[in-house]
Amino acid sequence: MQIVRRALERDLDLIAICDHNSAENVQAVRRAAAGTCLGVIGGMEITTREEIHMLGLFGRDRDLLSVQQLVHEKLPGENEPEFFGEQLVMNERDEVVGCQTALLIGATELGLEEAVACIHAQGGLAIAAHIDRPSFSLRSQIGFVPDDLDLDALEVWEPDAEDLPEDMAVLRSSDAHRLDEIGSRRTLLEMESATFEELGMALKGMHGRRVVSR
Amino acid sequence: MTLAEIIDRLGLQVRAGDAALRRDVERGYASDLMSDVIANGLEGDLWITLQTHQNTVAVASMKGLAGIVLVNSREPEPDTLEKARRESIPLLVSELPAFELIGRLHGLGLTGLRA
Repeated sequence: MQIVRRALERDLDLIAICDHNSAENVQAVRRAAAGTCLGVIGGMEITTREEIHMLGLFGRDRDLLSVQQLVHEKLPGENEPEFFGEQLVMNERDEVVGCQTALLIGATELGLEEAVACIHAQGGLAIAAHIDRPSFSLRSQIGFVPDDLDLDALEVWEPDAEDLPEDMAVLRSSDAHRLDEIGSRRTLLEMESATFEELGMALKGMHGRRVVSR
Repeated sequence: MTLAEIIDRLGLQVRAGDAALRRDVERGYASDLMSDVIANGLEGDLWITLQTHQNTVAVASMKGLAGIVLVNSREPEPDTLEKARRESIPLLVSELPAFELIGRLHGLGLTGLRA
């Protein structure tokens, strides 16, 4: 699979697959990465009612699928490919095996706090996506990072992102929507292995795991 | 009232969609949430927003909106501009804040009532 090949070429150890409001492509990437040194975390980029992108990363597929089911129940509308493009489901050989009909580009009826709670209820990590981008971010939609929002990390886009809370882990990642964007931004983490559990510890700075630099 | 008349009266700047400015504007709709416009926008609406993301063009195209006006001198992102030009969706910029712009549109006789 091209995604896995590109991630390996770019010397990445761990990637998270987070389609908009969908987890249908996670299995294919995981199968393609099996037997390589690339770790794959399953996740989703959930669009909240406020049109904020919230990443949910999960250690177990059944937790991910249970959140996906909830997200789809709360996601109105059907896609019109003519305007928003096809929403393909692929297999590990880059072949099209299906097509999603829900309007994945739309917003769910989950409020910001609800989305975070629903990710945590299934043991996931809630990471506010690209908070310094001009669209679909905490800053663009509500202007700040709420103190009482129970996030596990913030993701930033620019290397010199300013005014970041000091008591929260900050990741920098590519938000890759295209192959050539994979690995364009990355975070160096100190961990025992490239897994979801280790990432969770690193974000909390536990047991010697940590975010080294972004 | 045509889009061209509105552009002329309110000094809007045209960034894309020059070929579609003769179109009649039926009414106006103001929203900064794209999902809200997907749900409530109507054909012929002029959409007043501060959103500069390229998805605004897809939404305008799908709903058959008359055009998009960015307020407060906000400029479209490069991929938004490219998409609007490709799909011939009028993309306009006003230096006015939303409240003032909408007030003036109303003064020109444009309504926001849905039916």
